[in-house]
Amino acid sequence: MTLLTAVFAAIITTVIWYFKDGRNHMKTGSLALMYWGASIMWFVDAVFGFAEKKTEYFIPSPAEMLNGFFLGMSVIALGLLIWLIMFLAVDSKGVIRQALHKTKKHL
Amino acid sequence: MSCFLVPVTEAVVSSMVTKAVQAKEKKRHNTAETGEMLIEEEKILPFSHKLKWLNSMLWGGSCLLAFEHIWHGELVPWFPFLTAAGSPDKVIEMLHEMSTVGVSMAALVTAVWAGMVAVTNVIEKRLKQIMQPDRGGVQ
Repeated sequence: MTLLTAVFAAIITTVIWYFKDGRNHMKTGSLALMYWGASIMWFVDAVFGFAEKKTEYFIPSPAEMLNGFFLGMSVIALGLLIWLIMFLAVDSKGVIRQALHKTKKHL
Repeated sequence: MSCFLVPVTEAVVSSMVTKAVQAKEKKRHNTAETGEMLIEEEKILPFSHKLKWLNSMLWGGSCLLAFEHIWHGELVPWFPFLTAAGSPDKVIEMLHEMSTVGVSMAALVTAVWAGMVAVTNVIEKRLKQIMQPDRGGVQ
């Protein structure tokens, strides 16, 4: 479930990057790469899980599924949080710099 | 258990390599004798930029995976940080997981990145051919 959630997040972010942020001003490309990296890693984890449990791997209990989904959503939230910090730190439109400059002038 | 440590290690190494490559590219850019060479270089993405894709995937993926380990109680904020490091039996299990799952994770991420770089190189080559009128490209 975590893998699925991460893959969907990666696909959606990649589509947003392609149509809205080709020059990566909003750093959506970096967010997409982050989700893809996590998806690949969970995919490997899933392959090893499948090798160990065989078909049982595809029949998780409802509690496991809910936990996996909850974890997946938390992972997406953490990814977005990292992206937000990165995005504000880069400040490609200079909004924060401008605001700080204004505050300094007022002082 | 702690499979994410392998991609983290690779991320540290690739970040250092990126810095070194970036410095080299900057140096070459500054010492370029002819403007033609600079124009030629601007048509292709610098290798350091491509390395940043790998860094993003490795750092981002490891970070999110580390969160999963915290979620499952395998990573704790006190010494020795990894709960598996508490007993020798679990250490062996952890090392086995790192050498199988961890290495596979790092290898697959690197393979995907290599594929991305290969595709980009092909696109850049085609663009270069189109831009050069003497080689049958547009004028």
